[in-house]
Amino acid sequence: MSDPAARAGVITEISGWVVRARAEVPLALREVVLVGDERLIGEVIALNRGEVTIQVYEETEGVAPGHPLYATGEPLSLELGPGLLGGVFDGVQRPLRMLAEQEGDFIGRGSRLPALDREKLWDFKPAIEAGSDVEPGRVLGTVMETPALPHPIIVPEGVSGNVKWIAAAGPRRITDVIARLDDGRELTMLQKWRARVRRPVRERLVPDAPLITGQRVLDTFFPLARGGTAAMPGGFGTGKTVTQHQLCRWAEADVIIFVGCGERGNEITQLIDELPRLIDPRTKRLLAERSILIANTSNMPVSAREASLFTGVTIGEYYRDLGYDVLLLADSISRWAEALREISGRLGEMPAEEGYPPYLSSALAAFFERAGRVVTLSGGHGSLTVITAISPPAGDLTEPVTRHAARFVRTFWTLDRQLAAARVFPAVSTRASYSEVPPGVTNWWSSQVSPGWAAAREEAMTFLEEASRIEETARLVGADSLPERERFLLRLADTFQEGFLQQNAYDAVDACCTPARQMALLETFMRVRREGLEQIAKGTAASALPIDFAALQRMKTAKELP
Amino acid sequence: MTGIAARHDNHAGIERRGLAELRGPLAFVEGVAGVAFHEFVDLEGSDGVTRPGRVLSTTERGAIVEVFGVTDGLQLGASSVRFHGRPMRFGVGPELLGRVFDGLGSPRDSLPPPACVERRTIGGSPINPCRRAYPRDFLETGVSAIDALNSIVLGQKIPIFTESGLAHDALAMQIIRQARAPSVEKFAVVFVALGLPRDVATRYLDDLQTSGSRGRLIAFLNLADDPTAERLITPRLALTAAEYLAFDAGYHVLVVLHDITNYGEALREISAARGEVPSRKGYPGYLYSDLASLFERAGRIAGRPGSITQIPIVTLPSGDLTHPIPDLTGYVTEGQIVLDREIARRGVYPPVAILSSLSRLMSDGIGEGRTRDDHPDVAKQLYAAVARVERARGLASIIGIDELTEIERTYLRFGESFERELLTQRGDESRTIGETLDRAWRVLHELPRAELTRVRDEILEKHYAP
Repeated sequence: MSDPAARAGVITEISGWVVRARAEVPLALREVVLVGDERLIGEVIALNRGEVTIQVYEETEGVAPGHPLYATGEPLSLELGPGLLGGVFDGVQRPLRMLAEQEGDFIGRGSRLPALDREKLWDFKPAIEAGSDVEPGRVLGTVMETPALPHPIIVPEGVSGNVKWIAAAGPRRITDVIARLDDGRELTMLQKWRARVRRPVRERLVPDAPLITGQRVLDTFFPLARGGTAAMPGGFGTGKTVTQHQLCRWAEADVIIFVGCGERGNEITQLIDELPRLIDPRTKRLLAERSILIANTSNMPVSAREASLFTGVTIGEYYRDLGYDVLLLADSISRWAEALREISGRLGEMPAEEGYPPYLSSALAAFFERAGRVVTLSGGHGSLTVITAISPPAGDLTEPVTRHAARFVRTFWTLDRQLAAARVFPAVSTRASYSEVPPGVTNWWSSQVSPGWAAAREEAMTFLEEASRIEETARLVGADSLPERERFLLRLADTFQEGFLQQNAYDAVDACCTPARQMALLETFMRVRREGLEQIAKGTAASALPIDFAALQRMKTAKELP
Repeated sequence: MTGIAARHDNHAGIERRGLAELRGPLAFVEGVAGVAFHEFVDLEGSDGVTRPGRVLSTTERGAIVEVFGVTDGLQLGASSVRFHGRPMRFGVGPELLGRVFDGLGSPRDSLPPPACVERRTIGGSPINPCRRAYPRDFLETGVSAIDALNSIVLGQKIPIFTESGLAHDALAMQIIRQARAPSVEKFAVVFVALGLPRDVATRYLDDLQTSGSRGRLIAFLNLADDPTAERLITPRLALTAAEYLAFDAGYHVLVVLHDITNYGEALREISAARGEVPSRKGYPGYLYSDLASLFERAGRIAGRPGSITQIPIVTLPSGDLTHPIPDLTGYVTEGQIVLDREIARRGVYPPVAILSSLSRLMSDGIGEGRTRDDHPDVAKQLYAAVARVERARGLASIIGIDELTEIERTYLRFGESFERELLTQRGDESRTIGETLDRAWRVLHELPRAELTRVRDEILEKHYAP
């Protein structure tokens, strides 16, 4: 988006976010254009002879036919480099903090600021010497982006050659030249990448480990692979946001990217307030030092909401390419799909189901496929894990967005309204959720935590299934009419729900549970189950079992496990 | 915010005699060029009456105008349109307080228009999320069902989901009369009627004006027989006024929008007239974004004293919580207060369904230094206990009370005393949060101490006397 832009045409039609213009110079599909005197940011989404159709990323109130159109000659690109961490950006990567300083409390129009700070000095340390041959992905040097994370400066895609000159150690701006190649090309710490195009890797790998979230019901029962994809559908009030915020705080990833895609402003503000105060339990550093927020709230332009998902995922791929494990949380893809639907509607496209465009499914597939564990161009390892919230209308899981997403994700966490109404959080339904646990994840638990993991998990699943059957019976005949065995299992299932599945986000000990602790709790419950069943088989009444259920229930918040 | 209004001025004004087409609230004008998107329009009908309107889409050949007024009886040729070259604006200032306006912002109280300090475009600009202040100051409504279990904070948006015939009007009026926040002096109420029957609107006005709230009230009335399209403008005028009061004049503003269901239907009507592709139940695909453009105007801004709290009222069409309007409202707002017919039949006022109601911002707004140290535990315990009551009731209806265990019967007794002592209150009874929590403890005494697992020991020691 370089300035000054050249005049490229004249506006002929405005209808909401969609603007049409008569081109006076050749424009490219997906080129960024500036609309009207205020130079609102837009992207060319269709070309038909001389007529251009533009999706505008800002409010178009006041734009009229006859106003000018400017070309930039560049596609919608993102700025990648040091300075992203700790940042808050809108859907098209405008830096919201700097925007607030420039514009005030409300987001105005036509403001264009570079995403990354041009003046800030980074302490550059070269990693190679002049005379080295370099290829894409090769590390030229490193800066400490935050105290929590070194940021390798890599050779961009499509560039290779012999380094004639490399900058000495010292403070550099991101636009300063840090290396010069034999063909005269100059490299800086700032790279640009097209948001809608996936970044290249050397090889894609199968998952080898779980992404530990610290949430028992997820890690133990429905694990998510590092580099995997998860969808979390839930009606309003089922605790989607609280669960996402928990994942944001506790998931074991090097870099966290949270995309607030068409959701509430106050929720983003809560994260903005909180991240600089939260301490990462592993590194003992501030969470803000390794997280990035993309905030395009529900009242910000719908077209920028559509772009926000790609902005998030491209930044995620970039940190993956630097060799990090990245977690992208998107809340929610339903709002993204609605943005797609609204733009499609304004273009007059033929709708498929519920007004969504026919390409909804392929657009979702393209997004989810950007997750994965990879060998980077330079031979390192990195991963991008994607967790998306889904807000199904009326909590209906057969609606198009949930249905299509379910086809592309391997982990499916269904949030249940009944559980949420009983204030059981996270309200993950154990019956309606699933995870296709890859062998790599099972191996990790067996070798890193306990060889008995798979068996204990299996046993607990069977136990939950049986307990829910018993509960249905109890609902019809009353708990008093149940046989002793069933009464015991029901009681234990209640305790298991409170003492294992339910997790208190606001309790210092309980908020995050390590895999070892999860396993210890699970094994304790399963031991109590086996022992209780044995006693009952010998004729003990359920009420006479020497089991301290209250103590079992409290175990999860105990500082030390027995 | 200032400055945005002036930037959109386009041309001094264009007049065009004759319309190409009239379809419901939409007028198609040909042969005008340079008209801007969302430009403000006056349509002078063949009957000599002028109606305001707004440009919905514009090309080099003409524009589609949404007319805020009745278009029945108009002829194409004898009607004319004047484009103002700027978007619709509303004059704001301190004199708005105490006034009653119609749905388009003209005085309805037979007084001259109030003096304004500034004319602002009504669409509003999004608050930069980096500049929002997270809401955490308790707003006391004096209603136990809300204050104890669904506590509202200043800057929150929380709808009342109700059905025809339930006591939502009484509850809303009670909240408007009683709402207060500790150490807040500048408090104002903006009442927005959207397609409300005349008698209901009158009841609100009478109630608010006789209860001494008049000086702190602004009302915008779009009544049931007022033009549908006007309904899309009314809440935006009201929120523009509310933003001025909150963020410029430092008031804590409570905005009651009644009824969002009528608003959603107006949106559907316009969308259908434009021939747009519908999504669910004929509502346009942008229903969510449109509702968000209203509800997200609630909040607080860092460094500014005031706040906007919104209580939209949503009448569930045939009691259906999954209908697009309540469903999408629930996705934007920060919780919901659900009124229930079955509870109302038991004679309980306010008939708040505790388990399906929720205030998302509650946990940060209550507790020590905000309400009382025991509040979070009491609320958690009440929720858990009410869930047990529901289970026991369900079981009792199948196998009979006699077959229940002792503890289940205890919960049934607790349930009755909960509804009688805590939930039920008179329409003119305002309880402080202290009184509400004391009542809650009296109700919790119905349960044996061992059942109170959600309350910390030190809190139990203080409040649970054996």
